Amino acid sequence: MNTNHSVGIVERQYFTFAETTPMQLDSGETLSPITLAYETYGTLNAERSNAILICHALSGDAHAAGFSPDEKLGWWDDCIGPGKAFDTTKYFVICSNVLGGCQGSTGPGSPNPQTGKPYGLDFPVITVRDMVRAQQHLIDHLGIAKLLAVAGGSMGGMQVLQWTASYPERVRAALPLATTARHSPMLIAFSEVGRQAIYADPNWNQGNYYDGARPNTGLALARMIGHITYLSEESMHQKFGRRLEARERFGFDFETDFAIESYLHHKGSRFTERFDANTYLYVTKAMDYFDLANGHGNLMISFARCASIMYLVVSFTSDWLYPTYHSKEMVSALTGIGADVTYCNLQSTWGHDAFLLEVETMTRLISDFLDRVVAHHGINL
Amino acid sequence: MSAIPAINLRADLYTIADLIQPGEKVLDLGCGDGTLLRYLIDARQITGRGIELSEPDVLACVGKGLSVRQGNLDEGLRDYPDKSFDTVILSQTLPYLDDPAFLICEMLRVGRRAIVSFANWGHWRCRLGLLFTGRMPVAAALPQPWSDAPRARPLTVRDFADFCAREKIPIKREMYLRESYRPVRRAQLGKNLHAAVAIFELG
Repeated sequence: MNTNHSVGIVERQYFTFAETTPMQLDSGETLSPITLAYETYGTLNAERSNAILICHALSGDAHAAGFSPDEKLGWWDDCIGPGKAFDTTKYFVICSNVLGGCQGSTGPGSPNPQTGKPYGLDFPVITVRDMVRAQQHLIDHLGIAKLLAVAGGSMGGMQVLQWTASYPERVRAALPLATTARHSPMLIAFSEVGRQAIYADPNWNQGNYYDGARPNTGLALARMIGHITYLSEESMHQKFGRRLEARERFGFDFETDFAIESYLHHKGSRFTERFDANTYLYVTKAMDYFDLANGHGNLMISFARCASIMYLVVSFTSDWLYPTYHSKEMVSALTGIGADVTYCNLQSTWGHDAFLLEVETMTRLISDFLDRVVAHHGINL
Repeated sequence: MSAIPAINLRADLYTIADLIQPGEKVLDLGCGDGTLLRYLIDARQITGRGIELSEPDVLACVGKGLSVRQGNLDEGLRDYPDKSFDTVILSQTLPYLDDPAFLICEMLRVGRRAIVSFANWGHWRCRLGLLFTGRMPVAAALPQPWSDAPRARPLTVRDFADFCAREKIPIKREMYLRESYRPVRRAQLGKNLHAAVAIFELG
């Protein structure tokens, strides 16, 4: 465990709210109580003006940086820490597990207070806006009136956009990365295939599996499909090619021949060790429902109150899951309302995963951008 | 000319900067590494926005603390509301445009005025170069061989003036700089012969 340039060992924290007043959800249902698991890195300054909220993607959690007590590295440790893109010597960085998650926040695997048993499919369907609504309670709890920035990639980027649309007065800068303002039919299609893989696993049992065998086969298959979409044809060529795995020649059988197969199996089975199949259903559903311009079709209306927020929008040339035009659409709308928007379409072969892998360029872009936000608002770090 | 601060600003950019009033809202098309915008923010306290195609230049702009969009000018400026800028600048990018009339009209829709600067292939050195060497002239202010990408379309001061007349683009002011970047003060014919760079204020 190398703790140089690291925030070191971090403890997960918990915040519970909506105990007496249930939180209203977009579905019309309510939820009570709600717990969010979160971690923080760095120090909140006296003026409480240096807080940055990091929003995680589909499979992420609150552990974004440093080491957990069992020495697991945070999912965005490359970019969060001393001297990194989100420099914890300057900023107070917060990351929470989303509502509906399975890493400490209230989700389908949490006990239903009515029955004392896990919710399963009795957990209400949630939306990205519900996730953000819950995060807002956490930000209140931490005593932060206005966030310096909200940042995230993929589904994290959707939360970033939703934050600025829902609570523009609480955000100075927004960094939606490799994301979209509207889940496309292709994305919904991939989500649905992943969900079908879970439904098809007999262990799934309509979501009631918490006291028995888990639907790991279905969840692993869903994850394998997901992983294909996070790569690009070129990155698969570079990383795996047609290389064989642990054999010299074709086996002429149905065991694992190719390195890419082995990689997907590995990613799939590792995922089942840390992720709940029902959460996969709920969170992909939340992403599918995400359409910031829902109801009026015009993003400029959604961003109408966002003109004073500074945006850094980043897309990647080889990201075919959230192609460049998705980012351009939001940049167009933000330009139209007169927001200060910086947009970069970075050259990368890594596909959708580029936002996590293009560390050097992202570090430069994000730290330079945040420096400008700090200077523009005259923030004393 | 205003006092020259200790940064390396191309001389024709000073001439453009002198046309900008303090506090203006400025859009710089093809803003490169952001040198002009940075100078205008520091020296004129403008609010600046840039559009630039090249990734290294976009990153350089962000490094200079600028608000910049990566994009292609041929897509136009459709995202920008009418008259949302005081000045829209197009510096040394004119020869690279597929449809200059479209973009200049867009500049005048989005800005109260437009400032266009370009290298002049009407310069006597270009004329004599072709005559005596038989090789395509290279403009002093745009030293790029014909085969380099992106491909430039050579134009002269007279070409641009004719173009503005034909497209009914009103010219407010014209300025001409020699190879030494000193201003040219001669009759129209002399300007086309002696100017290495021309700067037109339109609108």
